[in-house]
Amino acid sequence: MANPATLGAAALSADAIGAGPMSGPRGARPRRRLSRGNVFLYGTLLLVSLYYLLPLWVMVMTSLKGMPEIRMGNIFAPPVEVTFQPWVKAWAEACTGINCDGLSRGFWNSVRILIPSLVISIAVASVNGYALSNWRFRGSETFFAILIVGAFIPYQVMLYPVVILLRELGIYGSITGLVLVHTIFGMPILTLLFRNYFASVPEELFKAARVDGAGFWGIYFKIMLPMSLPIFVVAMIIQVTGIWNDFLFGVVYARPETYPMTVQLNNIVNSVQGVKEYNVNMAATLLTGLVPLVIYFASGKLFVRGIAAGAVKG
Amino acid sequence: MRTTLGALLCSAATMGAAQAQDGVDLEVMHWWTSGGEAAAVGKFAEALDEKTPHSWVDGAIAGGGDTARPVMVSRIIGGDPPAAFQFNHGRQAEELIEAGLLLDLTDVAEAQGWTDIVNPPGLLESCTIDGRIYCAPINIHSWNWMWLSGPAYEKAGLEMPTDWTGFIESAPALREAGVTPLAMGGQAWQQSGAFNNVMAIAIAGPEAWLSVMRDKNADTVLGEDYGRAFEAYAEARDLAQGWSGQDWNQATNAVITGEAGAQIMGDWAQGEFAVAGKTAGEDYGCLPGLGLGAYLQTGGDAFYFPKQDDPAVEAAQKELAALLLSPEVQVSFNSVKGSLPIRGDVDLTTVNECTQKGLDLLAKDQTLPSTEQLVSPDTITQLNDLMTEFWNTPSMTAEDVQARYAEVIADAD
Amino acid sequence: MAIAEDADRAPGDRPRGATRRPVRLFQNLQAKVAMVPMIFVALVVFLGGTIWTVVHSFTGSGLLPRLNWVGLDQYERLWSSRKWLVSIENLAIYGIFSIVGTLVIGFVLAALLDRKIRFEDTFRTIFLYPFALSFIVTGLIWQWLLNPDLGIQNVVRGAGWEGFAFDPLNNPDLVMYGLLIAGLWQGTGLIMCIMLAGLRGIDEDIWKAARVDGIGVVKTYVLIIIPMMRPVFVTALVLITSGIVKLYDLVVAMTSGGPGISSEVPAKYVMQATFGGQNLGQGFAASTMMLVMVVIILIPWAYLEFGGRRRG
Repeated sequence: MANPATLGAAALSADAIGAGPMSGPRGARPRRRLSRGNVFLYGTLLLVSLYYLLPLWVMVMTSLKGMPEIRMGNIFAPPVEVTFQPWVKAWAEACTGINCDGLSRGFWNSVRILIPSLVISIAVASVNGYALSNWRFRGSETFFAILIVGAFIPYQVMLYPVVILLRELGIYGSITGLVLVHTIFGMPILTLLFRNYFASVPEELFKAARVDGAGFWGIYFKIMLPMSLPIFVVAMIIQVTGIWNDFLFGVVYARPETYPMTVQLNNIVNSVQGVKEYNVNMAATLLTGLVPLVIYFASGKLFVRGIAAGAVKG
Repeated sequence: MRTTLGALLCSAATMGAAQAQDGVDLEVMHWWTSGGEAAAVGKFAEALDEKTPHSWVDGAIAGGGDTARPVMVSRIIGGDPPAAFQFNHGRQAEELIEAGLLLDLTDVAEAQGWTDIVNPPGLLESCTIDGRIYCAPINIHSWNWMWLSGPAYEKAGLEMPTDWTGFIESAPALREAGVTPLAMGGQAWQQSGAFNNVMAIAIAGPEAWLSVMRDKNADTVLGEDYGRAFEAYAEARDLAQGWSGQDWNQATNAVITGEAGAQIMGDWAQGEFAVAGKTAGEDYGCLPGLGLGAYLQTGGDAFYFPKQDDPAVEAAQKELAALLLSPEVQVSFNSVKGSLPIRGDVDLTTVNECTQKGLDLLAKDQTLPSTEQLVSPDTITQLNDLMTEFWNTPSMTAEDVQARYAEVIADAD
Repeated sequence: MAIAEDADRAPGDRPRGATRRPVRLFQNLQAKVAMVPMIFVALVVFLGGTIWTVVHSFTGSGLLPRLNWVGLDQYERLWSSRKWLVSIENLAIYGIFSIVGTLVIGFVLAALLDRKIRFEDTFRTIFLYPFALSFIVTGLIWQWLLNPDLGIQNVVRGAGWEGFAFDPLNNPDLVMYGLLIAGLWQGTGLIMCIMLAGLRGIDEDIWKAARVDGIGVVKTYVLIIIPMMRPVFVTALVLITSGIVKLYDLVVAMTSGGPGISSEVPAKYVMQATFGGQNLGQGFAASTMMLVMVVIILIPWAYLEFGGRRRG
C-alpha cells in the first residue's frame, strides 16, 4: 500500500532537468575490452542482483518442495522432487475459517475491486491534473496542497473518519465504497503525476485549441488524452500495484463475500496454530504478487520512461 | 443449499426455530482460523445450518484479535455489523453495550435458564451489565498451566518435577543434557501472560492477585508476595535463554520434541500435544498452577450480537445464541476446540489426565476470574509492553519491573 | 515541488486559458465543476479527517469516539510511555539509515546502469521488481531468510562454518537493521529509477567537458553531476521520508515489534493503542504527533523549494 504513495512523490520533482525522455545512456563511454573497470562494474551489478534475486529464488524453490524436504534441507537448494501441490493447495484448497477454497475466491474479488477503482481513480485524477495545470483558478493550488499533505498521512489515522464518511454516504461495506476509498487515497499521487505531465504539454497546442473555440472538455478529450499514453501507463501501474496489494482497506471497508485476495493471503499465512506450511505460504505469496509482478516485468522500460516523463520532466 | 423440505424438517426439530418464518444468512466474524479452531467453528456452522432454517456465513479473519477487532468495530460503527462476532469475554465490549449497539439476550437467557446452567457463574456475570445479558459464553479456557516435556526429562535422566521448585532444581541437569529448561515464544502476550496469569497467582497467591487485578492495589504489587513472584519470573527469564521462536505453538513443539524442558501456557496447548499424538502423563506432564497452589482462571470466548434493524434477523440471532449453549453443540464444539464446556451438566466424551485435573479444580471451585474480566484492555496492553520489555532486557532487575508494574496498576481503571 | 511549480512560471506565461479570455468566469466554472471531487476529498477527507483526529486526541475516547474532554492527558501519557519513546528512537535510527542507504545505493546503481552496459533492462527489472510486492510479502520472505534455524545462518553453518551467527531479528540491538535489510531491498529500486531518469537528463556535453579537463569519472559524479541533480535528490528524500513515517506493515510482518519492544514504531503504537488497547484517545494523540512530524518534515522542505525559487 505504501508503494504507490511513495512512488507518486516521485512526481513531486517538477524540475528542470531539461532533457526529453530517455534518450539512451549518457554516461562516460566505457571501454570495449574487459578492463578492470568493466570487471568491477559487472561484478558489482551481479553481486547486487544476487541480493535482489535471492528472496525470489527462495520463494519459487520453496513453493515447489514438499514439507519433508523443507524441514530437512537447505532453503536455497532447488527441489529434489518438484511438486505443484502447494500451488494447487494455495489456489484452491487452503482454508479460511470454514471456507476451503484457497485464494481463488479472493482473486476474482480483487479483479472486481481493481477494475472500477482503476478506471475511476485514473479518470478523476487525470481531470484534476488537467484542470490544475491548464485551468487554474483562485484557491485551486491550496486544495492541491492539502491533497499533497494528505499523501503523507498514515492510512491508519484515517480509518475511523472514513468509516464515518462512508456510513453517512450509505455505501459502507459495498464495493462502491471500497472503490471510493481507493479513488480518494490514490488521488494525491495520481493528480500530481497528471498535473506535472500536462504542464509539460506545449502551450501552443493549448492556445491553438482555445482559438478554435474548444472548451474544457473538448481540449481534454481531443488534445490532451491522445498524447498522454505514457503517463496513463504509469498511473495504471501504480494503481494496479497499490490496489492489488492493499490489505487494510479491503479488510476494513469490504464484507467477507467481497474480501480481496490479500485478505485470504493473510488468512493463509497468519494461521497461528499447527505446522506452518511454508511451501503453501510461498506459493500463495507468489500467486498474490503475480498480477503486479507480471505488469512490472512486462513494462519495465515503459515504467522508467513514464517516471521520467511524469516525475523528472514535469 | 439445503432443500426446503429438509429445512422444514430440521426447523421443526428445534424449539427455537419454530417462530422463525424464513431462513436468514447470519454472518459470524471470528479469528479462529487454525486447523483445530476452524474445525470447532465448523461445528457451530453445521448446527446452525442443520437445525435452523438459517445459514452460517463465515467471516474469519486470521492474525488474531488485533487484526480482527478493528474490522469488527469498524463494521459496527459503519452501520453494517455482522450478525454475531467473537470477542474474548471480559471488559472489551463494555463500551459497545453502553452505546446500545449490542442486542440484549436476556429473554433467551431466561428461556434457556442460563443462570442455572452456566458454570462458573462468573462467565455470565461478565456478560451482564445492569442486570441484562449481552453475550453468549461458549467455552472456558484457563491460562494456569505448565507443560513438561517427557523426552527432555528422559534425556536428563530425571523424573518430571511436581512443582515450580522442583523444576528450578532440575534446570541445571536439563542444561547439561543440552535442553533449554523453559521455552517461551517471542510475542508480548505470551511473556506477559506467563506472569500476570500464571506465576503471580501461583507464587503470590490468589488473594494478592485479586487485590492487584480486581482492587488495583499498587501496594500489593510492591509487597513481599509479589516480590517473590517477580524474582521467580526473573529466574524464568534466565531459564529461557537459548531457545527462540515467535509463536506459542513453536514453543509447545519444542516441549514435544524435548528441545525444551517446559512451557508455561494455557490449556489450548494441549491441542498441540493431541495433534502430535502424545499421551498425557507419559509424553508430557501438566502442572496446573505450577503445582504450587492450583487455581484455574475461567476466562473464555463469547459471542456478541450487534443490533440489527430487521426483526427476522434479530430472531435468528437469538436462535443462534440459544443454539451455541445447547448441550449437544457445547460438547461437539468444545471437544474439538480443546476447551471446557460452560455448562456443568454436560460430559465430554473422553477426558485425559490433564483435562481431568482441570475438571476437578472446576468442581472444587478453585477458580478465579480471568485477567480480561477484571482489567481493561488498555491496562493489559501496558502490562504486556512492560513485561515483554523486561523479558528481553537482561539488565532490568526484578525490583525495576516491580516498581513499574505498580505504576501501571496505580493508573489502571 | 508541487507548490514550487507555480513559482516556476514567470507571471507572464501563467494564464493558460484562465485569464486570457473575457468569458473566463464561465470557463472557470467548468474547470471548477470538474474539480469538485478533488476539492471534496481535500476538504472533507484529508482536512476534515485530520481535524476530527486532532479534536478526538483531547478526549478520553475508548473503543468508540466520544467527546469527553480530558485536556492534555493523552499527550502526557504518550510522552511518558517508554514504548512511544522507543518507537520514536527506532524510527530515527531506521530513518537515518534508510535515507542514507537508499540514496547511496539508488544512486550508485543508477550510475552503474547509466554506463552503457549490456543487459541494462534485465538489471533494471531485477532491481525494481521487489517494489511490486507488498510490505507484508516482503516482511514474510525476509523474516524467513533471517530466521536462524532456516535461513542464511543455517545454510552457512551447514556449509561448514559452525560458529557463524547471523540472527538480527532476535537481537534487540540489531533488529532495526534486520528490518532495514528488507526495507532497502524493497525500496531502493524505485529510487534507482528516479536517479536513472535524472542521470539521463544530464547533458552529454558535461561529460565531454569533464573529460577534456581531465577530471576522473568518480570526481565528475561527486563534483558536477550530483550537484546538478539536487532536485532529484530532494524528490527522492521526500519520497523516502514519507515512506518511513508510514513504516508499519513491514514491522508487523517481520517482528511484531519484538523482541520485547525493541522494534516498535509510531504507526504500530497508533494501531496498538487504538485497536489493541481500545483507547482511541491515546491512538489519536499518537497520530497527531505523527502528523506533527510530517509537517515538521514538509515545511522546511516546502520553504526551501518554494521560497528559494521565488527569490531566484
